[in-house]
Amino acid sequence: MLHLVDIGLVVEGRPILHDLNLRVLPGEIHAILGMNGAGKSTLASVVMGLSGASPTSGNIYFRGDDITALPISARAKLGITLAWQEPARFEGLTVGEYLELGSHGPRAGGPPAEKCLRLVGLPPDRYLRRTVDSTLSGGERKRVELASILSMGPLLSILDEPDSGIDALSLNLILDAVRVLAKNGASVLLITHQIEVAGSADRASFLCGGTILRTGDPREIGRFFRMHCQECPNMGALPGEVALHG
Amino acid sequence: MADYTKEFLMMTKAYEASGGDPASLSDGRIAGLTVSHRKILRSNDAPGVRIDGEATPTGVKAKITVDPGANVEYPVHLCFGVLPKEGIQEIVSEFHVGDGAKVTFLAHCVFPNAVKVRHVMDARIHVGKHASLQYSETHYHGEEGGVEVLPTARIVVDEGGTYRSLFKLVQGTAGDLRIDYEADIGKNALCEMDARVYGKRNDSIRVKESLYLNGEKSRGLAKSRIVASDHCVSEVVGEAIGNAPGARGHVDCLEIVKGKDARASAVPRLLVVDDRAKLTHEAAIGSVDKKQVETLMARGLTEEESVDIVVRGILR
Repeated sequence: MLHLVDIGLVVEGRPILHDLNLRVLPGEIHAILGMNGAGKSTLASVVMGLSGASPTSGNIYFRGDDITALPISARAKLGITLAWQEPARFEGLTVGEYLELGSHGPRAGGPPAEKCLRLVGLPPDRYLRRTVDSTLSGGERKRVELASILSMGPLLSILDEPDSGIDALSLNLILDAVRVLAKNGASVLLITHQIEVAGSADRASFLCGGTILRTGDPREIGRFFRMHCQECPNMGALPGEVALHG
Repeated sequence: MADYTKEFLMMTKAYEASGGDPASLSDGRIAGLTVSHRKILRSNDAPGVRIDGEATPTGVKAKITVDPGANVEYPVHLCFGVLPKEGIQEIVSEFHVGDGAKVTFLAHCVFPNAVKVRHVMDARIHVGKHASLQYSETHYHGEEGGVEVLPTARIVVDEGGTYRSLFKLVQGTAGDLRIDYEADIGKNALCEMDARVYGKRNDSIRVKESLYLNGEKSRGLAKSRIVASDHCVSEVVGEAIGNAPGARGHVDCLEIVKGKDARASAVPRLLVVDDRAKLTHEAAIGSVDKKQVETLMARGLTEEESVDIVVRGILR
């Protein structure tokens, strides 16, 4: 589904990502596990094609086609979308209207807005007419973001820390919603720094210092993360100067 | 007596084009005042609302009184317009909302054919104790940009009273718009002023909203949302003066600049006179937020569509 080949990103002379290779298979939930500053959100930006995140080297392939040069909208029309770690807020745009935007996706939308809200634990009658502005709490906004991804019916969802700011009781609900995405045929790139969340994926990759160091079973990657990152030898090191683990 | 039927119909059409419900201008249950240039075409009272209007050499003088304790069922409809390409219209108005009364006004100001029109609105508004007044004003100035609009309001909100206003000019061009609202807010009273304007071409927009928080625990909000595109120049002055203990005021200004030739500025002014008052402000000026645009683009919209959605949301 998604194939990143030798991706490098240099910003203002500073390497952020380098020699990054990754494959996300069709219909799989693929977790990206890494410490703060490892480059996880940058990786999400590169795949979505956000401004300031055009790779300085390497290629991005989606369903076999090179999309490295495509703008955000074109990638979205192919079925790629992104849920931000801290989603933007919009004055004057209701939750219902925000979810309606999903009809611009490749499948002319996923499930109805009401169903998507229920999947993330938000009662539609209380939320559809609310505005996607600062009156929503951080947790509510994150859930609305995930609901909007569901409503788009994407082929590849990039979820940047969907678990951050979510209370423990709601976490399972969020992870269930992520599984619904995969069940509906989407691949999911699940970015997290929580081992437990990565454990819900089919496969996981460990990102450190701007590159993928390992890919494999999520439990194994989780153990590796736990063993090597408690006292990280690469803390403060620039990408490219990272001492390879294991 | 002159027959203004044709002119009334034309005003009704202009009113409808600006978003108003034309039927409400003829509904006998609804209090309202319709003024075309310097003529009063219709004036109607309703239970609890009395409207006294008279033509003046330059426009109309109107006094609107809401009885104490009245809970006015239907919004009072006001329609002011100038249909010819040129003209001057000065509206001098007084609003008296009696103690404990509750009323909503829907005002539309329409200048659909304006090439050189000057519209002056000088309002004195008094909201009685524990009374509530909501005032929504929508403007349509046509596409020529030849309108000069100067709305001025001096508002007094007595103890426990509430005043909320929303000024909207988001269709057509703004022309030369200079809003100047000033509120004297009493004990436990609330005043919220909200102005939303979309400036285009060579429009010139100046919004001044001043909150004088004179009563203990008075509260005020001066909010503005301006989009300046093409060669539009906009300036927002938001003032809050905390003169009483426990007073709370907030100035909230957002101006979006579209295009390299538009200009926007914001001048928040906060003055704490009583050290137990608390005033805050937030102002953001610039292009449309990149993250908002990219979020919408990640749903499959183009950049232009995304900017449009953000702008429309802000002005809604």
